[in-house]
Amino acid sequence: MTDALRQAGETDVMVVRSDSRLASRIAQMRPDMVLIDLANPSRDTLEELTLASAPIDRPVAMFVDRSDPALTRAAVEAGVSAYAVDGLRPDRIRAVLDAALARFHMFQKMRTELEATRAALEQRKIIDRAKGVLMRARGITEDEAYALMRRAAMEKGRKIADVAAAIVTASELLQ
Amino acid sequence: MMQVVDVGFMPLVDAAPLIVAREMGFAARERLDLRLHRAANWSMLRDLLDLGRVDAAHMLSPMPVARALGLGGGGGGGGPAVETLMVLSMNGQVVGVSPLLAQDMQATGLAFGFGDASATAQALLAARSAGLRIGVPFPFSMHAELLNYWLGPQVTLTTVPPPDMAAAIGDGEIEAFCVGEPWGSKSVEMGVAQLILPGSAIWSQAPEKVLAARSGWADDNPGLAGRLMRAVWRAAEWLAQDQNRHLASELLGAPDCLSVEPEIIDRALTGRLLTQRRGTTIRSDALLEFHDGAANFPWRSQAAWIATRMARRFGLDPTAAAETAQGVWRSDLYRQHLAEIAILPAASSKVEGACPRPQTVGATRSSLILARNRFFDGLVFDPSPEI
Repeated sequence: MTDALRQAGETDVMVVRSDSRLASRIAQMRPDMVLIDLANPSRDTLEELTLASAPIDRPVAMFVDRSDPALTRAAVEAGVSAYAVDGLRPDRIRAVLDAALARFHMFQKMRTELEATRAALEQRKIIDRAKGVLMRARGITEDEAYALMRRAAMEKGRKIADVAAAIVTASELLQ
Repeated sequence: MMQVVDVGFMPLVDAAPLIVAREMGFAARERLDLRLHRAANWSMLRDLLDLGRVDAAHMLSPMPVARALGLGGGGGGGGPAVETLMVLSMNGQVVGVSPLLAQDMQATGLAFGFGDASATAQALLAARSAGLRIGVPFPFSMHAELLNYWLGPQVTLTTVPPPDMAAAIGDGEIEAFCVGEPWGSKSVEMGVAQLILPGSAIWSQAPEKVLAARSGWADDNPGLAGRLMRAVWRAAEWLAQDQNRHLASELLGAPDCLSVEPEIIDRALTGRLLTQRRGTTIRSDALLEFHDGAANFPWRSQAAWIATRMARRFGLDPTAAAETAQGVWRSDLYRQHLAEIAILPAASSKVEGACPRPQTVGATRSSLILARNRFFDGLVFDPSPEI
């Protein structure tokens, strides 16, 4: 992301990792533009900076570039919000934002895939535990335990992972 | 035929009328498929509304006023105007301090009870005469207005998102906060704060959250707006009944809503607060009100009060600001859409702070009981002094 932004023009890029003291960090750096995740709670802290009265105290002034609603919409769809100094050249904002958007899309796709993998793994674990519970309780094999859960899921119109979770929860309560 | 309506909310106890409208079938009764969108911050919620991603939103009551006055990001010069359709909740803020500040307040020797705003202010300012940083959820919030009214300009307000309030006071970035529940109680539970005052002790009838829409949306979609307003009104009426409060806590606690333990949400809904982790429960009346005392009616005088206070802070003309703000407070829409189910007051504006005890006033049918309405300093606010 940082590299992509540097390529987009003569840009100094600084990354603020910690959310705490965001306002004071930004006040120190006096950036022309701040890019932040739309859903980052610290955005409300940035809002406060837009209220400072003296121009020199006002590093962030507006939500993206108001002259280009399509770009604003694209940014919001992608989950990026940008704050830029009033009067910053529109072509520079555009270049920086285009680069940021491309990277955000890629990053988001990766994040979604990672979450899907993690969820699948989590389900696998629950199903294995439920199989174990059934095998012990009824003295059946692993395959039989799985078949039993699959049948119950079909009859009840539920996912096999849901049935497994119910078995695990119930067995914990019954212990 | 169900019609879809998209509404944004922040994870706070006072989003309850929207969540209950969906969960308890009040929206379905109006043939609405109410789709709720949780936002992570107030700026995001405002942007979602501006761009039409949601039709209406749970908003801090000063936000539509700030927009009308051209203050703040997102709108200012070019964003669409936003208007208030109805009030979602009254009060509900709590003021908390770090354990160290609580100790220093005790050491001043001044007595301050939970609910005594004047004495608490004295102890607070005596303990921190050199200055104090207080966290508020948003620059345009009733929290900021109440603190400013209560303590004056000698304290520094700093914006901290409500879910981060506990962490901010825990690591010393702020020494006090004014925040909506459940985040005050959550800080108590984590042992990083002690609650010293409910917002209702500063102003007993402070409009806290409103249902807001882009200006013109409700006029262009009268059927949809009316159904949404009636569903939310019925949910608020349901919430006002004691026997429903525990169920409401369960609904609100769900992972896609607040994702907070129902036991903690209970405190705000029942008005029984724990002010310290190892303390006793305190009963606080009118801590948070969703319906009683004509709470849902958008009084134009509320907009005038907010605008007058804000104008003073930001150097605008108070009279013009009050006039502008009253224009986005749509008591006319409330009258139009709720006439059949709600008792409506005869007037749309009132003198704020002039009601030391519940009072019966003229209404469209029978009469209406207004809740106690007092400022801690006993002053009153008359929105139309020249008349």
